[in-house]
Amino acid sequence: MENGNLKDLEPGQKAKIAKISGTSSIKRRIMDMGLVPGAEIEMERYAPLGDPVEIKLKGYHLSLRKEEAENIVIE
Amino acid sequence: MNEKITIALAGNPNSGKTTIFNNLTGARQHVGNYPGVTVERKEGRLKFKNFDIDVIDLPGTYSLTAYSPDEVVARKVIIEEKPDVLVNVVDASNLERNLYLTTQLKELGVPVIIAMNMADMAEAQGIKFDYQLLSQLLGVEIVRTVGTKKQGIEELLETVVNVARRKNDLPEKQVKYSSEVEEEIKKIEALLNEDTSVTDEAAASLEGIIDSRDNCLKRWLAIKLLENDKDVIGTVKSQNGGKQVLEQLAKSQEQLKKISGEDTEMLIVDGRYAFIRGACQESMTFTEEDRLSMTEKIDKVLINRLLGLPIFLGIMWLLFQLTFTLGGPPMEWLDAGFGALGEWAAVHMQEGLAQSLIVDGIIGGVGGVVVFLPNIILLFMGIAFLEGSGYMARAAFVMDKLMHKVGLHGKSFIPMLIGFGCTIPAIMATRTLENDRDRLLTMLIAPLMSCGARLPVYTLLIAAFFHESVAGNILFSIYLIGIALAIIMAKVFRKWLLPGESEPFVMELPAYRLPTIKSVLIHMWERSWLYLKKAGTIILAASIIIWTLFTFPIIDPQGNEFESANVQMEQSYAGRIGKAIEPVIAPLGFDWKTGVALVAGFAAKEVVVSTMGTLYSIEDEDALAEEEEGSVKSFADRAREQSGYTPLVAYVLMLFTLIYVPCMATIAVLKRETNGWKWPMFTIGYTCALAWVVCFIVYRGGLLLGIGV
Repeated sequence: MENGNLKDLEPGQKAKIAKISGTSSIKRRIMDMGLVPGAEIEMERYAPLGDPVEIKLKGYHLSLRKEEAENIVIE
Repeated sequence: MNEKITIALAGNPNSGKTTIFNNLTGARQHVGNYPGVTVERKEGRLKFKNFDIDVIDLPGTYSLTAYSPDEVVARKVIIEEKPDVLVNVVDASNLERNLYLTTQLKELGVPVIIAMNMADMAEAQGIKFDYQLLSQLLGVEIVRTVGTKKQGIEELLETVVNVARRKNDLPEKQVKYSSEVEEEIKKIEALLNEDTSVTDEAAASLEGIIDSRDNCLKRWLAIKLLENDKDVIGTVKSQNGGKQVLEQLAKSQEQLKKISGEDTEMLIVDGRYAFIRGACQESMTFTEEDRLSMTEKIDKVLINRLLGLPIFLGIMWLLFQLTFTLGGPPMEWLDAGFGALGEWAAVHMQEGLAQSLIVDGIIGGVGGVVVFLPNIILLFMGIAFLEGSGYMARAAFVMDKLMHKVGLHGKSFIPMLIGFGCTIPAIMATRTLENDRDRLLTMLIAPLMSCGARLPVYTLLIAAFFHESVAGNILFSIYLIGIALAIIMAKVFRKWLLPGESEPFVMELPAYRLPTIKSVLIHMWERSWLYLKKAGTIILAASIIIWTLFTFPIIDPQGNEFESANVQMEQSYAGRIGKAIEPVIAPLGFDWKTGVALVAGFAAKEVVVSTMGTLYSIEDEDALAEEEEGSVKSFADRAREQSGYTPLVAYVLMLFTLIYVPCMATIAVLKRETNGWKWPMFTIGYTCALAWVVCFIVYRGGLLLGIGV
C-alpha cells in the first residue's frame, strides 16, 4: 500500500485518508471540517492560479492550500 | 405575565442558521459586539403562545475548541449565559459533519434540539431520513425545517417550549469512546473525585451550568483534558489538586498513544465520528446520485482554470459599477440636499458664529457622512447577495494564491478592490474574513488603496503643474505606488506586527442558493444603520473641532476683524498648527500653507482643494474645484510664488495625500470595527510616518537628480 499525499492527486482521482499530520492547530482545523482518517475524498480541481485545491467529501466541497493538503496522507 | 425562555442558535457556517434566526426574530434583532473581540453579537426576541423568547445567534462554528475567537465566544456564551435550550441548526445534506458540533454541544449539558434545515435540498438529492430513529439514537429532538420557505418554524418553537420545560422523554445519549479511552477517562475522573478543588473551581468557572449533572462535569473535564483543551488545562493547572490530574493526563496520553499509535485528540475525534456514523447509517438512506449537482455544474464554468479568473474580474466590475455608478446620482442628490439645507440655514440665521457652526461645521460635517450612504447601502446589498449565494467562497478560492503571496487571504481581495472607490465600505467589507489577524491586516492596508476622495486633489495638482500629455501617467503612477506600498506594508506587518502561524485556509465551498430578498435587505440594513450611527457621531465631533480650529480666533489681538479670509486663515488655530508643523514638513518641500491644507485633509481629503483655494485667495473656489483654466492658472502661479511650488513639490504633495491618515470617517469606522482606539491611532501614526519617509525620499531624490524643479 503506497502512501501518497493529497496534493499529489489529479482532478477526478479518488482516495481514502490514512492519516493527518501537521501541527495541532492545522490538524484540528482539518479534522473539524470532516477530513478524518477513513474518509473518502475526490480531488475536484485546482484554482485558476494553481492554488488552492478543491476536494469533494461526502456531499460537500472544501478548498485548501497545497501546503495544508500536504498534511493529508492518503492510501 | 409571560414566561421567559432564552435560546441560543448554534450551527456550522452555511447551515442556514441566519435565515432561521431572521425567521424567528424578523426585524426585532439587534447587532452588537462581544467585548474585547471583533466577534458580532446578534440577538432578537419573539412572542410565542404565552412565552417571551430571547434568541441569541451564536457565531457559526464547525466545533467548540479553544482555537478560534468564534468558537471561544460560542462556548463562553453557552456556559455563562445558560440558555434554556440550544437550537442546533444543521444542514441536512451534510449531516455527518454538522453532527460533529452537535456532539460537542451535548457535552455542555444544555438541552439540545436539532433543526434539520435545508431538508428540501437533501430530499431533492435523494436522501431519506427516519427522524424518529435518528432522534432516539442521538438522544436529541429533531425538527425538520426549511428556513428559506419558512417551513417547520412553528414546530420548532413548540419543541423548544416542551424541551425547556423538560416535557420530552428522550433517552440520555452520550458519545461512548473506545474502551481504552473510556478507561483513561475513568482514571482521570477518579482523581477529580478525590480532590474536589478542581471540580469546584471548574464548576465555579462554569457557573453551575453543570452542577445539576455532576457526573457530566467530571466526564466533560476528563474528555476536554484528553483533547488538550487550552482553557480547561489552564483551569486545572491553577488548582492545587491540578498537578496530580495533569500528571495522570500525561500518563494516560502516553498509554493511549502506545496502544493505538494516535494522539488522544485524534482518538476523541474518531470516537465522535464513530458515534455519528453509527447513528446516520441506521437512520438515513441514499439513492445513488451520480449526476452532478446543480452547484457542481455551475462551478464547472465559474471556477474552471480558463474562465475562472475573467469571470471573477467581470463580477467584481459589476459590483463596482453597482456601487459607484448607480450610487452616483443619489449621492449627488444628497449632496445637493445638504447644500440646500446649508443655504437655507445661512439665510434664516443671523450671520455669526452660531450660523457658521451650524452651516459649515454641523451640516457640512454630518452631510459628509450621510452622502456616502447610497454607496454603502448598494455595496452591502451586493456583498449580501454574493455572500448569501455562495459565490464569495469562490472569489476567495480564485484569488487566494495571489493574496497569500502577499501575506493576505483570498477573502482580502474584495475589500481591497472596494478601497479604490472608498475606504469606508472597504473596511466594513473585511467582515467576511473569519480570521482576526487576516482581517486586521486587511483593514490596516486598505487606506493605501487610493480612494475616490483623493482624486480631486490629484487632478487639481496635475492640471496646475503638469503637461497634459503626462497627466495620465502621473496619475497612474500614484495609484501604482499606493498598491506597491500596500504590498510592502502587508509583508512588514505580517512579519513584525501580527506574527504567528498562518491561519489554515481550509474553507467550505457551500452549495449555490438564491438568497431571499428579506435576508439581503436585513443584512444591508444592519450594516448601513451601524455606519450611520457610529461613523456619524465621531464625524460630528471631529467636524466641530476642525471648524473651531479654522474659525477661531475671529479677531486679531487688537480686536479688529481680519482683512481677508486669507489672513484670517493664517491667524486661526489651524494656521498656527500649520506654522508649527512647518519645520517637520519643510524637508519635504512644504511650507505652512500646505501644512494647513494637510490639517484640513484630516477631515476629508476633498477639503484640501477648498482649503488651498482660500489659502491662495482664489475667490471662486467652485471654479477651482471644477478646474476652470483661469482659476487653476492663478492657483498655480500663486502657489509657485508664495510657496515655492514646483512640479516636484506638487508630485510629493500628491504622494503625501495618498499615504497620510485616512479621513475621519475611516478612522471612525476603524474604531467601530476593531472595537477600540488602539488600531485607528496606530493607523494614523504609521500612515503619517510612512508618508513622511516616502515623500522625503522622493523629494530629496528628485532634487538630487534635478527632476521636476
